[in-house]
Amino acid sequence: MAKEKFQNFTSRLAPLRMDNVDTDQIIPARYLKATDKKGFGEHLFQDLRFEEDGTTPKPDFPLNKPEFKGAQILLARENFGCGSSREHAPWALLGYGFKAIIAASFADIFRNNSSKNGLLLIELPYQDVDMMHGDVLEDPSKEASVNLEAQTVTWKGQQYTFPNNPFMKKMLLEGLDDIGYTLSFGNDIDEYEKKMSDRI
Amino acid sequence: MKTKPKTKAKTLYEKIWDAHVVRDSKDEPTILYIDLHMIHEVTSPQAFTGLETRGITVRRPDQTIATMDHSVPSTGRKSFPWLDALAQKQVEMLATNCKKYGITLHDLDSAHQGIVHVIGPELGITRPGRTIVCGDSHTSTHGAFGALAFGIGTSEVEHVLATQCLLQQKTKNMAITINGTLKPGVFSKDIILRIINEIGIGGGTGYTLEYRGSAIRALSMEARMTICNMSIEAGARAGIIAPDETTIEYLSKRVKFENNTEREQTIKGWREWASDEDATFDREVVIDADSIEPMVTWGTNPGMSVGITGVVPNGGNEEIAGALEYMGLTGGQKMQGQPVDYVFIGSCTNSRIEDLRIAARIMKNKKIAKGITAFVVPGSQEVKKVAEAEKLHEVFLAAGCEWREPGCSMCIAMNGDMVPAGKYCASTSNRNFIGRQGKGARTFLMSPAMAALAAIEGRIEDIRAHLENV
Repeated sequence: MAKEKFQNFTSRLAPLRMDNVDTDQIIPARYLKATDKKGFGEHLFQDLRFEEDGTTPKPDFPLNKPEFKGAQILLARENFGCGSSREHAPWALLGYGFKAIIAASFADIFRNNSSKNGLLLIELPYQDVDMMHGDVLEDPSKEASVNLEAQTVTWKGQQYTFPNNPFMKKMLLEGLDDIGYTLSFGNDIDEYEKKMSDRI
Repeated sequence: MKTKPKTKAKTLYEKIWDAHVVRDSKDEPTILYIDLHMIHEVTSPQAFTGLETRGITVRRPDQTIATMDHSVPSTGRKSFPWLDALAQKQVEMLATNCKKYGITLHDLDSAHQGIVHVIGPELGITRPGRTIVCGDSHTSTHGAFGALAFGIGTSEVEHVLATQCLLQQKTKNMAITINGTLKPGVFSKDIILRIINEIGIGGGTGYTLEYRGSAIRALSMEARMTICNMSIEAGARAGIIAPDETTIEYLSKRVKFENNTEREQTIKGWREWASDEDATFDREVVIDADSIEPMVTWGTNPGMSVGITGVVPNGGNEEIAGALEYMGLTGGQKMQGQPVDYVFIGSCTNSRIEDLRIAARIMKNKKIAKGITAFVVPGSQEVKKVAEAEKLHEVFLAAGCEWREPGCSMCIAMNGDMVPAGKYCASTSNRNFIGRQGKGARTFLMSPAMAALAAIEGRIEDIRAHLENV
């Protein structure tokens, strides 16, 4: 199934200067009861974002500050997305309006789930991420440009290269879908099953 | 004289991987075959909708199995409508989807309903050498049987339903060797909490962990499952333990064989799933079992733990300060003597019969402390049945605990079982994340023995001072 192709873009960064942001923080389990993929953005970082009443925005939380409204890049830190396998986490981030996340490292399942939904994960060295946090605090209006073909983020006139799996990159750029890809190797799967029929 | 070319020594992970490669290519991920796919009500609905949109069907319903565990109430669940209409819709959708595609479903009326990671082994379908996936991060549990098992997201659930395969990149290998003997009062939960404390919650990222050593070999299957279960809490893709006589004894009672020949051949095959002696690991960690204390978490992730005689860190970084603030603890304070309000004995980590037996031994002829709310939630209908036959439930009920129906319950707090804001819970589950057991809930992770003792004492105490019952 064709998906939207990833387009390069330029945006401000919304900073979340915390390590080990787990998927329970990204989207609490009580919101996992929907049977479709819609509406999770409303509850992104629910308990970090809102007061006890669940609706009043906490003024200190970065996403609630006017200068970070509309930012399409989340600037996180170490081990972002650890914890559960819930794909509701990338659904919530995308639903809120993020297209990419910059962090020093990402958790394994979250990484897989993000790529399958077109959410670009940009892994940069810790000191660069930390520097960006400092820059954003100083001037929240600064913008970063993301170029997936070149695997670069341009920040303050300097290019930072990020690693990317060539296959994942191709799938994102061409808007291709993993399932369609694997289905095209149906014969190989048939053969494997035949060969392994004893074991299976 | 020519010597026979030596084949490269492999880890158990590499052997299972190699046996499941459908297609290998230089520039593209491996297409890896999946032997067993377990599904539940929370992470599967969107995957089935995806199949419908594509107009395709489930490739191997015979290798797919379903149950209801995450959002099901632990009480009064046979009377409809449920209080939570959305949870009811999830289980109804699962039932409809399973019927439509011919998938075996262990629903609320089944004698095998329970937490996915508890019922797989009970049904004898978790076996050495198999690849097992489920839309749940604690799928690593099944690695205790020498299977390669890991959690996946909903897109991958759809991928497996459609193709019985996944696109995968190989992980690195880490050997974690636990030598020596556990001291009385120390359990497998303490081993895994200690490991996570040592390597960190991101320390296993990109790895499959193989647990080995004399202390691992001495463990029952239930205890091994507790360790593999929490591999994900160190960030690992999977955790694995090579099968041995303990594994074979467990499975022999649960796998049905056509005849003796089949039985012998299958068991012979199981024994072959082990790392080669000279296999190399990318990282090795060695821990002396004798040095492990009963562990308790004090913070907001499973790596923030300390031995029961230890103290909460004093100062440190922002993360520690934030965790202490959320937990309402003071740096430098002892964990021993810390009051609790709730006790939860359950979850895919510690809800098996052995866990309940240990908890019952500690609670026998005792009452839970005044003001404590204690939930004992068996992991499956089978665990519940055995526990009731052994009258363990009578011990829990007489002590003042709630004895509930099987499911994830207060571990993920999706079903109404939750810890109120600001309250402390001694929990046998796997995650002490902020809000995990309910908004504002404060979780202390520990072994079933320690949690049972906390229920009786009303505070965290050292189980080693109460060994007469253990």
